[in-house]
Formats: sequence, C-alpha cells, structure tokens
Amino acid sequence: MTEAAETAHDSTTPAEVEGAKDLFSKFDPLIAERQALLDTGVRDPFAIVMDEVKSPTLAVIKGKETILLGTYNYMGMTFDPDVILAGKEALDQFGSGTNGSRMLNGTFRDHIDAEEALKEFYGAAHAMVFSTGYQANLGIISTLAGKGDYIVLDADSHASIYDGCALGNAEIVRFRHNSVEDLDKRLGRLPADAQKLVVLEGVYSMMGDVAPLKEMVAVSKKHGAMVLVDEAHSMGFFGPNGRGVYEDQGLEGDVDFVIGTFSKSVGTVGGFCVSNHPKFEIMRFVCRPYIFTASLPPSVVATAATSIRKLMHADNKRAHLWENSRRLHGGLKDMGFKLGTDTPQSAIIAVILEDQTQAVAIWQALLEAGLYVNMARPPATPAGMFLLRCSLCAEHSTEQIDTILELFHAAGKATGAI
Amino acid sequence: MTDRAEIQSRILAEIEPYNKKGVAITDATTFAGDLEWDSLTVMDFVAAIEDAFDITITMNMQAEIETVGQLIDAVQKLQG
Repeated sequence: MTEAAETAHDSTTPAEVEGAKDLFSKFDPLIAERQALLDTGVRDPFAIVMDEVKSPTLAVIKGKETILLGTYNYMGMTFDPDVILAGKEALDQFGSGTNGSRMLNGTFRDHIDAEEALKEFYGAAHAMVFSTGYQANLGIISTLAGKGDYIVLDADSHASIYDGCALGNAEIVRFRHNSVEDLDKRLGRLPADAQKLVVLEGVYSMMGDVAPLKEMVAVSKKHGAMVLVDEAHSMGFFGPNGRGVYEDQGLEGDVDFVIGTFSKSVGTVGGFCVSNHPKFEIMRFVCRPYIFTASLPPSVVATAATSIRKLMHADNKRAHLWENSRRLHGGLKDMGFKLGTDTPQSAIIAVILEDQTQAVAIWQALLEAGLYVNMARPPATPAGMFLLRCSLCAEHSTEQIDTILELFHAAGKATGAI
Repeated sequence: MTDRAEIQSRILAEIEPYNKKGVAITDATTFAGDLEWDSLTVMDFVAAIEDAFDITITMNMQAEIETVGQLIDAVQKLQG
C-alpha cells in the first residue's frame, strides 16, 4: 500500500468504523440496490463492453456476435467509407487534437466546414458547434435566459435541458409532458412583459413519442415566447430534408433555435445550435460551455461535415429506417408486449416492463441470445418505469428485424413478460 | 388577499389524494420526509396547486418549500 492510500484511511473512513459517515454516505441506498441486483447473478446492464464493432448493427460482446438495437446510430453513418476517409485525412493533415478553445486556438478549417454543412442542412443563417450535445443544451439554455427571464420546459425533458436550467439564473417553470393546454395555462400566468423561452424536444428519447410541436409553437408565439427545439433523436429522418420533427410538422421559420447532436444520426460526437436570429453570433462570446472547454478534434468535425452533407440526400436510408420501425413495432405489439407508443412514431421503440427484476431478466436473455438493447430505469425514465429501449438503424436488414422479433418472442416467453 | 385559513383548507384538500399513508398534516409536516413523496409525486402535486390557485410556483421556489406551512405562506404571497 502506498503512503497516500494509507493516510486516506483514517479513523473517519466508514470502511474502518461502522456507522461512520463521509461524503459517499448519501449514495449508500443506490450502492445497496445495485449490489442486491448483481447478487441475483445477473449481468450488469450498465457495464457492457463492445470488444469489436463490425458494422453499425453488429458487435462482439464477450466473444458473442451481437445485433445492436440500442445505439442511436439511426442512419448507420459510422462506417460510411466517405465519412471514414474524411476523418483519416483530417487526422493526417491536422493531427489528433486542437489543444484549445474554439475562442482561441481551437478553431480549424473543419470546425468552420462543419458549421457550413449545418447551415446548408438546416437552411439556417447561423450554426455553432459545441463539443457535445449535452454542452449545446447546457450552454444555449443557461446563456439565453438570464435573471428575471423565464424558461418553460416539458416535465420529461432530457437531463441536459434540466442542467442548462440549473446552470443559469432564470425562473424555471415545468408543464405536463406534451400537454398543449398545460403549456398554454402556464405561459398565461407569467408576467406579460417578461422574456420567455419555451424548450421542447421533437422526439422524447425514453418512450420514443413525438411532440405536438405545431400546436405548442403556436401557443408559445401567442404568449410572445421564443422557442427552442431539441431535435437530437429526429435528425436525418423526419421531414423532407431530414431536419427534424419541426420540419415534418411544417414549422420552418417558426422555431427560433434548433439544438442537435453529432452523436446520433451523424455518427460521431459533438453538439450544435442553429438559428436565424440576427444577433446569434454573440453567443460565441457569452456562452461559457462553448468557451471554457477544448474544441472537437479535427477528425471528428471532418467526419461530421461529410456525414451531414450525405444525410441531406439519404432518402433511401430514411425510407428503410421507417420500414424497420413499423416492422419491429408491429411485430412486438402482435406478440403482446406493452409498448411506449401505440403507433411507430420514431426510431425508438420502448418495451415497458413490470419492474427492475423482469426488465433485467429479459434484457439478459436477449443479450445471451445475441441482441443488445438499452435498459432504462428511473430517474432517466418517466413515471418510474423500467424499459427496454430499442433504437433502430437504417442499416438493419429486414432479415435482422425478423431475427430480432424471434429473439424477443423467445426471451419474452422465457421470462413471463408475454 | 385570501385568508390563510382558507388557503390552508384548500391545500389540505389537494394533499389528500396524495396522502396514501394517512399522515396527520400540520404546518410542520414535510413533503419529502413525513409524506415520503418522490419527485414525480411532487411534480404532480405542484401542478395541481398551481392550477387550483392559478399561480406559478417556479422550480426555484419549490427548492425552498419543504413543509406544508411554507407552502401555505408561499401561496398566500403569490396570490398577493
């Protein structure tokens, strides 16, 4: 034992004195819950390692070839030859990293090119690339709405939206998930002269349900609020140009800010905000999660720019992704699984299970049979639900979907879920 | 301005459907500790109170309200 490790264990360390408390004591209930689950002999759903990735839909986990049905790789761009080539060339020409902030030495040719590609993709005047989608929400939301302003958000919003609210100084008001009437009422109670930002998502990622954006944007405008829509889970396959649910619902020009990510349909990592607001560029000077972090590596922004431009013309992929969504949703519904939505609304299909024990049992049965899905649990899920979340890829073949359905049928029967 | 006793009785009526364990309610009763409400229950309850009194209880305010008495005071103040 090193000297440091020895001195770390003094008389107040709970490991040495029973009942003693330290800063970790508040996590004891979670530690106990996880231990109890793992003691039943199941595999840890939150400790999966992909030892090999063969394609957007196939990986090797613990020596077993496994179909991937939980990756957010909706458009299957991660192995696109043009995307990979762009990344390799950037790595060769610009090196492995930028060593700096976008504000100072961290903006290279391809950061600008990725922003140009986003402007083309969205038909927008401004685009700002962040290091992750989480940081895009964190930065834009916390910076736009300041002291005395109001943020009105859906109760089921993603953690990055809640954290953006927590980071800023605005007043935060929640409305019931996807309720236009509730949004209207809550906006109506706010001071008429206060600045307001309504934060919505196109697709809610836990249940895969789509927001009634058309009605919500109309209500927001009626009360003089600006509207931000997070389209993380819809980019590439909603709307004629794949811009998202807002485009699909005919809201071009009505949404003030669109937040998105490179880590889903684009197939790499990064986040962004696009806007037509004439003063938008000032955000680069006031948005701390944009300024005080390192910019993305050149290879990442080069792959993103190439992927985004290819997504503009990916009509066949879009069509096949929707076919996959309909086929999987219909098949699971016919078997008697309880699903998050009555109809296939997006590329996410959530299977609702009774409790953690049942969810882990069927999750493990599927994994051992060669199928990976996401297990989701509270607090990430709404209403305390345990879900198996299936996210489809445009590269899943029809045969793979049929195999997936067979595996779900067997695992569902074996665990009593159907 | 609405009378505190009237606000109190309306709030007690709103607590009732969420008071699954039949806890006796006083001004000192805490939502998280005594009533054992989780964050989802709190969210539903706050929405019900907002609608009942036609007021806005921001998340910023909610962080400061731990007891029934504090909620009654907050609602009285919000109603002005």
